[in-house]
Amino acid sequence: MAASAIPHKRVHPVRSFLVGDEPMTTGLWGIIFFIFSEIMFFAGLIAAMLALHSDTLLWEPTNGAHRVEGDHVLPILFTVLLVSTSIPMQFAAFAIRKGNRKAMLINMAIVLVVGTAFIINQYFEWSHAGFGISDGPYAATFYTLTGFHGAHVIGGLVFIFAQWLRGLLGHFDAKRNTAIEAATLYWHFVGFVWLLVIFPLVFFLS
Amino acid sequence: MATLAGAQTSTYAGANAWRVILEWLTTVDHKKIGIMYLWTAGAFGLVGMAFSLVMRTELAQTGTIISAETYNSIFTMHGSVMIFLFLLPIGAAFMNYSMPLQIGALDMAFPRINALSFWIFLFGGVLITLSFAAEGGTASAGWTAYPPVTLDTGNNAEPPGAGMDMWLVGVILLGQASIFGSVNFLVTIFKMRAPGMTMWRLPLFTWTTLVTGLLILLSTPVLAAALVLGFIDRNGAGGAFFDPAAGGQPLLWQNLFWFYSHPAVYIMILPAMGIVSDVFGVFTRRPVFGYRSMVLALIAIGLLGFIVWAHHMFTTGGVFLPFFMGATFLIAVPTGVKMFNWIATMWRGSNIFPTAMLFSVGFLMLFLIGGITGVFHAAVPVDFALHDTYFVVGHFHYTMSIAATFGFLAGCYYWFPKMFGKFMNEGLGKLHFWLVFIGVNLIFFTQLLLGLDGMPRRINDYVDNPGWELMNMLTTIGAFVSAAGMMVFLYNVFYSLKWGERAGSDPWEGTTLEWATTSPPPAHNFDSLPEIRSERPLFDLRFGERLQDDPHYHVNNGHNGNGGRRARQPSASAREEG
Repeated sequence: MAASAIPHKRVHPVRSFLVGDEPMTTGLWGIIFFIFSEIMFFAGLIAAMLALHSDTLLWEPTNGAHRVEGDHVLPILFTVLLVSTSIPMQFAAFAIRKGNRKAMLINMAIVLVVGTAFIINQYFEWSHAGFGISDGPYAATFYTLTGFHGAHVIGGLVFIFAQWLRGLLGHFDAKRNTAIEAATLYWHFVGFVWLLVIFPLVFFLS
Repeated sequence: MATLAGAQTSTYAGANAWRVILEWLTTVDHKKIGIMYLWTAGAFGLVGMAFSLVMRTELAQTGTIISAETYNSIFTMHGSVMIFLFLLPIGAAFMNYSMPLQIGALDMAFPRINALSFWIFLFGGVLITLSFAAEGGTASAGWTAYPPVTLDTGNNAEPPGAGMDMWLVGVILLGQASIFGSVNFLVTIFKMRAPGMTMWRLPLFTWTTLVTGLLILLSTPVLAAALVLGFIDRNGAGGAFFDPAAGGQPLLWQNLFWFYSHPAVYIMILPAMGIVSDVFGVFTRRPVFGYRSMVLALIAIGLLGFIVWAHHMFTTGGVFLPFFMGATFLIAVPTGVKMFNWIATMWRGSNIFPTAMLFSVGFLMLFLIGGITGVFHAAVPVDFALHDTYFVVGHFHYTMSIAATFGFLAGCYYWFPKMFGKFMNEGLGKLHFWLVFIGVNLIFFTQLLLGLDGMPRRINDYVDNPGWELMNMLTTIGAFVSAAGMMVFLYNVFYSLKWGERAGSDPWEGTTLEWATTSPPPAHNFDSLPEIRSERPLFDLRFGERLQDDPHYHVNNGHNGNGGRRARQPSASAREEG
């Protein structure tokens, strides 16, 4: 990277962490605005959850099932796993900023494996839940929120997988890596929203 | 500047009709996409107007011509088509066409996503209109689609059928198109400006595009959440979200819906305000008064627009009245700033009145009536008396429907020479203006009076209270007069496309950058750009030399500390892009 070739270049502390010392590309601006709209979408859904929960008498599943099966170990474990994949994803971005494509691919592979495991666990959570989507506000909210979040995880995984294949084909270097930075930001968003969704839903709203 | 007038119609030599069609279907050029938005939204607008004529025929006298179910379906589709398929996309049409030209960009930041937006919009629009063929007919719960009317609760006589689902999915698609579009507008404005085009030199229409883009970006997803919940509620959740019998809350829908739909009225009116500002800046031969205060007022309207949604729900008893009343009153302040700035621009200007200017002045008058009746509504006691009467119908048509349409019509007359290289016919244009101006005032002022007299909205028949029949008849006459005016407009468009007087690059002596290129512009927009050192680069180009030593030039030119006279150093990012 020829950053030192440009004299008097100012380095913005936040921006340089997010996207390196290069100025933000149009693609990155685009994904950041798009993530803001996604945040508002989930804000709408979460607001609906909180509003419906305010009427606690009708909150419990109508078929008498428990709200979540068994203990909370698996949800906690997979929450921690999903949120911590932000770290290898950010390392992948750091690696390609230095032109290290191999480290980028390894880090992205970790994200892909753990993310897929998260989705598989989600499938088992759904199939073991003792209630259907029509069993009252809690049940409907549970499936809607985890479902939309799961769809976003799958979308993020497809996004990352496509960039991973491009990486295998030799795309990306220290200067041209907007897609990796964009995928990283999107993945941070997906993990962050999960924290907002799962904690109220599973632990706090009794 | 090379003449590339033919570039707009086709880039193929000896192209046949199929080639041209294929070219338009596959285009990613912001100008062509803008023109496609314009035609599509215009066509939907005529459909919506036809629905309104059906309603006015029904309401002209007591007694019924069409059934109540048909009437419900027609007024629902009138609102949905006019808002989602005419007013919102026609704003997008002008933003697509003019904004990149105004900032000196080659195209949008993401041209292919721009094309994707248009096709998603078209698909969603077709889905909504096709619901006439659905079993059980179209959605018929009003454009606001309040549950539990939208649900099959077991209590409603005719539960809505597939048409309601098509409406929900269609509007989700339109929202998706809007979000993609807004990302595109925002990134284009932030990243694609020509060197020297700083934020404080953006034309006012571009500023409105920026604020509108932010409103779309942050409010539309909330509507998408509401629509998704509504769809799940109808198909699986059994009313758990919105049906009180199943544990849901109807007010939840209203909150989510208006969190979008109140900013949405600004999404509709702000681009019209931007067009009007630009038109005033040209036809008064003066810079727009208070450029910076215009921008700040715009931003204030955008911010306040997010905290007033519950004033649509005053009578529900579920909202905190004083806060939403106060916040709604506050919006009158930045709106008033804009109003006085426009008037001050005309004050002692060398005003000329081509049709675009007539529609802009008409915009001011209509928006004034609409805005003041809006302040009436903001007062809770008045709203309690007038809620769901024709006063509301008159108010919101005056503001977001008719005033916005006047702004967009001004935009049509103003940018038509740029889009097609020909003037619109002025005689027909003036006839169009007067017919529509008289017509809409006849419609909506009588509706205000009807509302004060207590006539409720969304009814297909009424008892002949004294005066109601007369005023309803006047309203219906007004509807047909303005429809006749729109027919004149339609004829004018085709007449001018074929026989219109040829327009040069800069037919109006414009001030912004879109007039610095040929009409229509080449695919790459600009062969060269003038130096940009104020928000009126073409004025500087024309008169800068001559006014070099005129002390007033400092005052009239820039509105910022350096008077726009001394070119500032281009910013770091501008230098890199340049």
